[in-house]
Amino acid sequence: MEKKSIEQLESVASQVRRDILRMVHAVQSGHPGASLGCTEFFVALYFDQLNHDSNFKMEGKGEDLFFLSNGHISPVWYSVLARSGYFSPEEMTTFRKLNSRLQGHPATEEGLPGIRIASGSLGQGMSVAIGAAQAKKIDGDDSTVYVLMGDGEQEEGQVWEAAMYAAHWKVDNLIATIDLNRQQIDGPTEKIMNLIDLRAKYESFGWEVIDTLKGNDMKSVVEGLEKAKSLSGKGKPVMNLLHTEMGFGVDFMVGTHKWHGIAPSDEQLADALGQLPETIGDY
Amino acid sequence: MEKTLDLKFNYTEKKDTRSGFGDGLLEAGRNNPNVVGLCADLIGSLKMGAFQKEFPERFFQVGIAEANMMGIAAGMTINGKIPFTGTFANFSTGRVYDQIRQSIAYSGKNVKICASHAGLTLGEDGATHQILEDLGMMKMLPHMTVINPCDYNQTKAATIAIAEYEGPVYLRFGRPSWPIFTDPAQKFEIGKAWKMIEGTDVTIFATGHLVWEAVVAEAILRSEGISAEVINIHTIKPLDEEAILDSVAKTGCAVAAEEHQYNGGLADSVAQTLARNNPAPMEYVGVNDSFGESGTPTQLLEKYGLNAANIVAAAKKVLARK
Repeated sequence: MEKKSIEQLESVASQVRRDILRMVHAVQSGHPGASLGCTEFFVALYFDQLNHDSNFKMEGKGEDLFFLSNGHISPVWYSVLARSGYFSPEEMTTFRKLNSRLQGHPATEEGLPGIRIASGSLGQGMSVAIGAAQAKKIDGDDSTVYVLMGDGEQEEGQVWEAAMYAAHWKVDNLIATIDLNRQQIDGPTEKIMNLIDLRAKYESFGWEVIDTLKGNDMKSVVEGLEKAKSLSGKGKPVMNLLHTEMGFGVDFMVGTHKWHGIAPSDEQLADALGQLPETIGDY
Repeated sequence: MEKTLDLKFNYTEKKDTRSGFGDGLLEAGRNNPNVVGLCADLIGSLKMGAFQKEFPERFFQVGIAEANMMGIAAGMTINGKIPFTGTFANFSTGRVYDQIRQSIAYSGKNVKICASHAGLTLGEDGATHQILEDLGMMKMLPHMTVINPCDYNQTKAATIAIAEYEGPVYLRFGRPSWPIFTDPAQKFEIGKAWKMIEGTDVTIFATGHLVWEAVVAEAILRSEGISAEVINIHTIKPLDEEAILDSVAKTGCAVAAEEHQYNGGLADSVAQTLARNNPAPMEYVGVNDSFGESGTPTQLLEKYGLNAANIVAAAKKVLARK
């Protein structure tokens, strides 16, 4: 794929945000908040960083692989997969509907290209990514495996089993990212379950940790992923703490947990779409 | 008791079924370079040491972290590895049910979940470790194949066979030294019940360690003039319904014997098959809604009603109901 400029990536991001809102609105269900907050990350990954082939093959030999552990932000993933050629953008009309390949949470059962494992029940994705990364090592495949988790998801114990394992086994072809939006369903993480210092936690587990402080600034996100890549292959797994704002890009959705799993009304959709230029063309 | 009986199958040696797994895994590893092993701090108990020694680059010590092990195994399948996970049956199922459900079964991943120390015959460790619900949990999962072999030879053959089968499998075996009475050269056919002894009055469907108890029970029944058919249901799912229905069409009644709860086990699968196709009287030999306790395997099978004498009693009871 031809290398895109930051402006071009931002243009894609605007369309992806429109896709997210339109998908969730159409079925009045889904998770727009963190999908919007992670849009820069997904666009930077699929349109700039990943060595991947939209002619999907499950085994992905010689390709970088991405796993989404916090599967509820499926809208942003579906949009980016469709917009990068894995399936027709038209198929986004089926999101969360009966007989769709675009399940509420990502799944392999219906054979949607781009999805390699089901996710949604939290805490499992990093273990899966570690397995995929170690399998690549066995095969001498020097590609990178990426995984995204939520910050609330860090409350799951399995995440820390995986964190301990990845450092012990020197899984240094793994780049994990945490969507650090400081929100979870019941409220701010600080009140629900204080995460305190994730950098210190992961460093003490033996990881290389970076912060991407402006997780909704495309240039910063790209630079963060490039830095993470440069730190890989040196004996430690790499953690990218991505500081984002839930609902970013829509003024009335930003910075609150209230849009975690709520769909916009007709009026709210019109208001939101008015803030996001249609750049590639709505599906 | 066994010495004085005219048994249709005999043994000269006893060995644990987990050793059948360990030896089968080594052979599967030699047959296919994609076979990898993972273990949650129980390499000795699971007999995975020989595989680890011969294939250190394909073996992963996970530590005491079974949930993580299931996820890693699922991830390894993605580029074609065939992971065999090893831990006790309790930690292979109940502890990690959701990981198996989402990352392995629903995702259709080619993981072999290998579970030792299943059932009461774990013995002295007691009820915390004696899982009696695992077959039920695993057979309820769509896409999952569930296998419970009866002795060392069958466990070894099953281990080799599941490496060649594409799809998630739960393989259950145990800790105690147990008679080796099946053919060391057997070919294990997933989903194909094995009619071990022909009979006409009653069919005994048995799985796992209780297949041996069924062999003993058949000899006792025969000495009393009752002709029992013994069918080894090593594959709980997919169930060989044809073999079950053919046999019960002839005998007219059935006993199911397993080291598992009544609820959700082999007996329930057989009963469902009969109820939907050809209702017939049936008795259960298993654990009836209770936990186990510490004791020797022999003591526990006796106290909880799972030995040959209990199978004999169940056969007579079901015959009276015909």
